[in-house]
Amino acid sequence: MGSLLRNRKFRELFLQALVVSVVAALLVAMVINTRASLNAQSLTTGFGFLNRSTGWDFSFSVLPYSISDTYRKTLTIGILNTLLLGFLGIALATVFGVLVGLIRTSRNFLFSSLGTLYVEVFRNVPLILQAVFWYSIVSHLPRPRSAISLGDSVFLSGRGIYFPTLNIGVTAFLLMMAALIAWCVLLLVLKDKLASATRQKIKWIGWLAVPLVWFIIAWLAHEPGTPVINTPALKGLNFRGGMRMPPELTALVIAIALYGGAYIGEVVRAGLMSVPRGQIEAGFINGLSARHIFTRIRLPLAVRAVLPSLTNQYVQLMKATTIGLVVGFSDFFMIISTSINQSGQTLELIAILMSGFLLINLSIAFVMNAINRRIALKGYEVKG
Amino acid sequence: MNQTATLQRPAPPGLMTQIRTRLFGSPLDCVITVVCAALLTLLLYKIIDWAFISSVWAKEDEPLCRDTHGACWSVIDARHRIILFGLFPFEEHWRSTLACLVMIVTMVASCFSWFWRATRLSILWLCGFGLFYLLMRGGVLGMAGITPERWGGLALTIFIFAAVSIIGMPLSVVLALARRSKLPAIARVTGLFIDFFRSLPLLTILFTAAVITPFVLPGWLQGDKLYRVIAAFAIFFACYQAENIRAGLQAIPSGQDEAGLTLGLSYWQRVTRIQLPQAFRNSLPAIVNQFVITFKETSIVTIVGFFEILASGHAAYGTGEWTPHYIEVYVFIGVIYFIFVFSLSRYGAYLEKKLRVGRV
Repeated sequence: MGSLLRNRKFRELFLQALVVSVVAALLVAMVINTRASLNAQSLTTGFGFLNRSTGWDFSFSVLPYSISDTYRKTLTIGILNTLLLGFLGIALATVFGVLVGLIRTSRNFLFSSLGTLYVEVFRNVPLILQAVFWYSIVSHLPRPRSAISLGDSVFLSGRGIYFPTLNIGVTAFLLMMAALIAWCVLLLVLKDKLASATRQKIKWIGWLAVPLVWFIIAWLAHEPGTPVINTPALKGLNFRGGMRMPPELTALVIAIALYGGAYIGEVVRAGLMSVPRGQIEAGFINGLSARHIFTRIRLPLAVRAVLPSLTNQYVQLMKATTIGLVVGFSDFFMIISTSINQSGQTLELIAILMSGFLLINLSIAFVMNAINRRIALKGYEVKG
Repeated sequence: MNQTATLQRPAPPGLMTQIRTRLFGSPLDCVITVVCAALLTLLLYKIIDWAFISSVWAKEDEPLCRDTHGACWSVIDARHRIILFGLFPFEEHWRSTLACLVMIVTMVASCFSWFWRATRLSILWLCGFGLFYLLMRGGVLGMAGITPERWGGLALTIFIFAAVSIIGMPLSVVLALARRSKLPAIARVTGLFIDFFRSLPLLTILFTAAVITPFVLPGWLQGDKLYRVIAAFAIFFACYQAENIRAGLQAIPSGQDEAGLTLGLSYWQRVTRIQLPQAFRNSLPAIVNQFVITFKETSIVTIVGFFEILASGHAAYGTGEWTPHYIEVYVFIGVIYFIFVFSLSRYGAYLEKKLRVGRV
């Protein structure tokens, strides 16, 4: 035995076996204990409850819903709400981030100090505090009767923000999106195939044609006898028509956009600074205009440099959206937590919560990594 | 000597030249400068006017708040004890104050490089944290015992942060070393563990710790909900910190470790004398940054039902005449967070600069 312990190979093998068996034993003990406590509380396990109807209400849903919907549908709505919040927040955060990144790299230090001020203020205060702050501001806006009106079409009130919408069905909306996507794909396909003059012409025609096609679809699809654009209007104590963005969603989107914008701004700034001076000077020597140096040299190189850290930020922001509960926005986490209170199926719901977030985050990472692979190091290739 | 003189950079342009070229270099620059200056002045004026000039300070002056557009700091004057100490018994607030001061001194002290030895740092934090716990908990030296359920406000925030750091930091070193272990089974298991925790939102993990543990662990291991949540938070923190340390370990040239091997040093000697000191030096900015993030994230425990500073802020303006003054309360809490987080992140930036200078 003593000589065996002195043998290094044996010692290593023994140590590994020990670690693996301890971990396995812990897991088994947890399972046994869970079984025992479930039996003690006479709880049934399994995913059968997903088909039961919930019987409770929640604040916001992207799809039409009722309290007699099943748990399965309610949980799906929760995921969709989280995705909507994440999409709006991340998209706006990216816009802010790019703007701030540009401002902070400005040579004019008075201008760049504005960007620094923004970054320092919004990065150094917890997101959750910012969310409750904006929620208290947004929900204390005036009542619908005395709502703040922007051009008589957008109304800001404590009940939410009201936007005009198109009076069309989902199919027509999808058709419009399809037209836009088709045009973008066409642009990509044509990119290397035509002479540059013809391409420019087609570009112009296309950008004029897309709104025209949209208008035609909207005109054909809207219900006869109603206006094409559905503007919210005050009827009695509340607004009718248009689309309402509830204060919970508004506050969270503002908070995530401002907080994420500060982080993304730093990423963008680092990316812009990482472009070697020689590249920019080479463009200058070749007589490119300042605009072309920026759009053809600095920006593409910066985008490539920032994509990995941008992916990281997106995943972080997506995880940060779980704070919806604090202002009462019915995101995935809030729906899960209410479901646990109502149904008592704790373990199953926690498993759904975890797999939901794993799925969302892995998809973001997958898409961003695919983009990264597509554009990585292209600039160093020599085109034939 | 002459040679070094020729290699020196040209002197940086003077302030006036810089202002002329960088602020007023072109007509567009002039416009931007003027607009920014106007915007900054307006912003500064508005903030100073709101916070200082038109504001009301004393709690007796609350009726005056309705006639001014400035801040109504009366709410802070009247309710700051709730925000800072939560439900801690009123007569014992001095203990909470002292405990917070002790912890802050500990944090500041650990920023000095004299303390950057494993023994000194652990003694400092164990003493600081022990004193904090003793002052808060009481039950000895004639101090009345106060259970953690009644801790709250800033004191609870600091307690959670300190406890997470003190448990999480050693754990993160263990995880980082285990993940880099040459033994495949250990490295795999640790890798899975770290990646699992890193892929989930903190709130999910804290919530799971609060809700699931009663099922999974036997009764004698469950402990108070506060300790369960702190343990989960510490594991989450350690998983992130371990990746920072691992990055620092990977940046060490392999020759360093091999030199130790050649000299006949054991694994633990190499780890403690060669690898870890350099790893910490390499990833110090990232490690400090993780502390910054963690301090902000302590605010999330409010969702799993703890009375930390954000929740106590809600309570502070939640009653009677103070309900209209929610903005002042949020600004007050925001400023507290800002002071902690900003100074810590500035310290991180300073370290980054200092370490870079030392290396070149």
